[in-house]
This record gives sequence, C-alpha cells and structure tokens, in this order.
Amino acid sequence: MTRPTLTRDDVAHLAHLARLELTEQELDTYVGQLSVILDSVATVSSVADTPGVEPTSHAVPLTNVYRDDVVRPGLTRDAALAGAPAAEDGRFRVPQILGEEQ
Amino acid sequence: MSADLTRMTAAALADMIAGGEVSSREVTLAHLDRIAAVDGAVHAFLHVSADRALEQADAVDRAIAAGADAGGASLSPLAGVPLALKDIVVQQGVPTTAGSRILEGWLPPYDATVTTRLLDAGVVILGKTNLDEFAMGSSTENSAYGPTRNPWDLTRIPGGSGGGSAAALAAFEAPLAIGTDTGGSIRQPAAVTGTVGTKPTYGGVSRYGVIALASSLDQVGPCARTVLDTALLHEVIAGHDPRDSTSIPTPVPSVVDAVRRGQTDGIAGMRIGVVKQLRGEGYQAGVLESFDAAVATLTAAGAEIVEVDCPHFRYGLAAYYLILPSECSSNLARFDAMRYGLRVGDDAVASAEQVMSRTRGQGFGAEVKRRIILGTYALSAGYYDAYYGSAQKVRTLIRRDFENAFTAADVLISPSSPVTAFGIGEKVNDPMAMYLNDLATIPGSLAGIPAMSVPSGIAADSGLPVGLQIMGPALGEERIYRVAGAFESAYLAQHSALVPDRAPELEVAA
Repeated sequence: MTRPTLTRDDVAHLAHLARLELTEQELDTYVGQLSVILDSVATVSSVADTPGVEPTSHAVPLTNVYRDDVVRPGLTRDAALAGAPAAEDGRFRVPQILGEEQ
Repeated sequence: MSADLTRMTAAALADMIAGGEVSSREVTLAHLDRIAAVDGAVHAFLHVSADRALEQADAVDRAIAAGADAGGASLSPLAGVPLALKDIVVQQGVPTTAGSRILEGWLPPYDATVTTRLLDAGVVILGKTNLDEFAMGSSTENSAYGPTRNPWDLTRIPGGSGGGSAAALAAFEAPLAIGTDTGGSIRQPAAVTGTVGTKPTYGGVSRYGVIALASSLDQVGPCARTVLDTALLHEVIAGHDPRDSTSIPTPVPSVVDAVRRGQTDGIAGMRIGVVKQLRGEGYQAGVLESFDAAVATLTAAGAEIVEVDCPHFRYGLAAYYLILPSECSSNLARFDAMRYGLRVGDDAVASAEQVMSRTRGQGFGAEVKRRIILGTYALSAGYYDAYYGSAQKVRTLIRRDFENAFTAADVLISPSSPVTAFGIGEKVNDPMAMYLNDLATIPGSLAGIPAMSVPSGIAADSGLPVGLQIMGPALGEERIYRVAGAFESAYLAQHSALVPDRAPELEVAA
C-alpha cells in the first residue's frame, strides 16, 4: 500500500473537520507523532487481504433491541438545563449559527 | 481499630457489619480517615463524598438494626462496605469529570445503572477516582487534574486509565473499586499495583451512565485486593439492563461460587493455555520470571499446561489504535460546548462553530486531541478501507485465534502487562511506547472475552508487583474466577501473605 505522508496541512485540515482549534506548536508536535503512529498501525492492511475474512464491528453478535413505546419519565427541564454553559428562557442559549451575510 | 479496618477484605467487613461487630459508619470513617492521611501523596481521588458516604453507611446501619429487631432480614453480601468509583461513571449530584477540563464542575443529573446497583446493594460510595482523560492512557498521567502515584513507589505510575481506582485499593483507601476497561484499563492498573481486576464479557455489565470512549470495546468491571472480593462485586454490578442495548440478556454468572470452588476443589484437570505470542520480546525479565513461577504453581495444582498459537495477536495493537480513535472521535463529538460542560470564547461575535472549536481545543488534553485527529483520519473517505476496514478484519482474525485456542484450553494465561510500573514522566512524550503497555490486554478487548488480572508476585528485577492475566471464552467468567481463586490460594500457601499486603507502608500525613 502506498501511504501518503501526513503533512502539517493535513493535520490542520483534520483538526478543522473535528472542530479542534490547535496552536501552531500543537500542529508541529502532532505531525511527527501522528506519522509515527500511522506507520505503526499500517500493518493491519498486510493481513486484511486474506480471503474470506469478514469485518467484525462488535465483539459479540448484537441484534437490535426494541422497547415498548410507553411514556416514562425523563429529565425535567431544569435538570436538563442545569449543566448548560448558558441558558435563557428555559432553553439552551447558543452562539449564532448563521453568519451575518447569510 | 481504624487501621485494622482498612486492611480487611470486603468479605470480612461485610460479615462483621452484618453481624453487628462493627457499624458501616465506623468502617466508612476509617476509610475516610485513611484517605485524609495518604491521598495527598497518592492522589487516587478527584472527589471525596464524605457526607454522602456517611449517610449511606447510616442507612445500612439502620437497616441492620431494624432487621435484627425483626429477626434478621436478607442483606446484600456487600452491604455497608465502602467503594471507590472511577470518575467516568456518573452519580447524580456528584462532580464527574472523566479526568477532563471540558467537564470540570459538571454535576450529572442521573445515576448510572452501575451506581444504582451499588447503592441498592448498600455499597458505600466514598468518592470518584482519577483516570486518564476519557480513559485514554496507560498511566493516569493524561488526567487534567494531575497524575495518581503508585502506592508501591510514589515516583511511579499506577497504570491507566483506571490508576486512581487501583491505587485506592493498593493504598488501603478502599477495599472495592469500579473500573472500566477498553483496552486494558482495569487489568494493567491491577497488574502494576498488585491488585485484582476483571474485565467482564463485553455486554456483561451495563454501560448506561458510563461516559463512552470506544463503544464496541468499553466494559465496566470490578476491582479489589482479593479474588473473592472482586467476585462479590462482580455479582452486584453484572446483569442485563434494558437501558443498554449492548447488555447481554443472560443470568449473572456465579463467580462467587466459582472462586470458592477454585479455593476448595482446585483446578486439577483443567487445561490452561499459555499464549505463545504474549511473551518474549518487549516483556521485562522480572515479569517473565514471575509468569513462569505462576505457570509452575498452576502445574503443581494439577492443571494441564498447553501452549497455544495465536498468530494474529501481533496485529492487535495496530487494529486497536485504529478502531479506538475512530470510535472516540465520534463519541467525543458530543462535547460541543452547547448543552453541558465548558464553553470558551462565547463573546457574542463568535459563531457556534468557532466557540465549539475553541472549547474543544482548550478543553481536551493532548492525548485526546491526538486520538480524535487519528480517528478522523482513519474514517476519512479514501482511507476508510485501508485503515478502519482492515482493522475490523484483523478483529475477525483475532477472534478466530481465540476460538481455536479455546478448543485446546479451558482458559488462557499471559502476563497482564509487559512491564512493571514505570516512572512518572518516562513515556509521556512517546505515544507509541505508551501504547505498548496494552500489548497483552488488547487481544481480549478486541474479541470481547472476559479477562482478569491477579497478582502473580513481585518482580525480582524491580521489586514491583506483576499481574497474571487469565482469559476465558465469552461468558466464561466462572472459569477464570475458578482459576484465579485457586491460584491466589496457592500463592498464599507459598508466600504466607498476598501481594497487596506486601506493599511498603505509606507515610501518613499528620
């Protein structure tokens, strides 16, 4: 397998996708460390070509579980809002979602 | 009196409390005193719930008094015994951080199922224990609140991620603890602190109310200083929970009976497999010596030792460090600065997206960010098949290795950790070196099988405890506890004291 080298721009792009604001110094550190880790884990592809190997997503087979559709108590509004960084009028207060030009 | 109570097993304390020889309040106070005396140095706890704990203890004492008046009522086998709860399991109204700044000050609005079961059983929750942030680590150094120190040597790590729970046991701050294990976070800390810990079969214990790391791997489990205490706690927390869709609808395994069977009837005729791939290169000499001595002990007890070949285990670490980051990058998306936890930079100008990025950038520590980026990469279009897809196939190959091995052996054994406790700071800047600590525990995690660590002795080269890992097939808890019980009895007969009782005395703060 040809493995693309992880660049500083790649790390910055991935961090943006994951909504992680990184400092310049963090970017420098992570480029090196993540490349080492990726080199080490790339060995998985060498055995994955073995024929007849289905992927395992969970350790034990799981089937979907349904519950009866009955009303049961949940959190009260106050309890749900108690841990919020900001609340207003009984709701979560969040920063603006759309920019001015939108 | 107080010092004696903290040295006792949970089983003995429960008997004394039920028999009226000592009150749960006295037992709880003794442990709170011990925490006050040594936790400044050990730092096992992030939060101590003294008032709540004493209220719970008093409730047990009242129930016992009322039961005695009524001619004896049925008490839970651990009623009144104190426990340390890993700070990734929520308890209503008690600060829960998961070792992260992003949850600093958060008070959960509900109890985890494990918490409910503990409280219903009269187990007294002393407080919340330290961990690597979101359980990512093998040393507890990734906690945002500072590392926990190993009671055997305060300059060394107590393992991770459940280093706080393991250290609390080893420091005699609690006789019972709850851990969570994704790749070894119960077993490796147990090994390096000379304590016992079990990762049950995946789905054996409810995860409702446990902050998720990697959902296809995470499992809650019991920790203690003896095998019997671990089994008693296992039976309290295990069992089906309709609130966790991965919970297995089977009866709670009779692990307490299994331990007693191991202690009295032994293990003669059982086939014990030594995994060829889980020894040799990368394993410390003192660890291998202790492991070989354990094999000799099991042989002397009448077990038939066979060598088993698991050729795909060597890809386990690689597969794990693709699967785990992938799942954690998704699970940790919930920390978005909107509904709970930290919010940074909300200046009425910044957008929700900017606030989210700032908060996550500042609220998460280095290892968490590394794994989120790695997982985001592994799940990216174009790389998914080569990385995540391949890792899932390796998982199948490892599962097949176990299936083959369990046709030749009833249980499998290996060292739990390739090394004894290393120095604080020694591996923090080398993520790959840190990841190698989970070499022996990861295959069992990927296959979802039950596995536990019991102390195999003290390494001759480092003077620090070594763990013996015992693995069973899915739902094979009774087998591993039986072997663990037999091994512990044999060790006690040989050495006249169990490993936790051989730890050096901690200096007690005035």
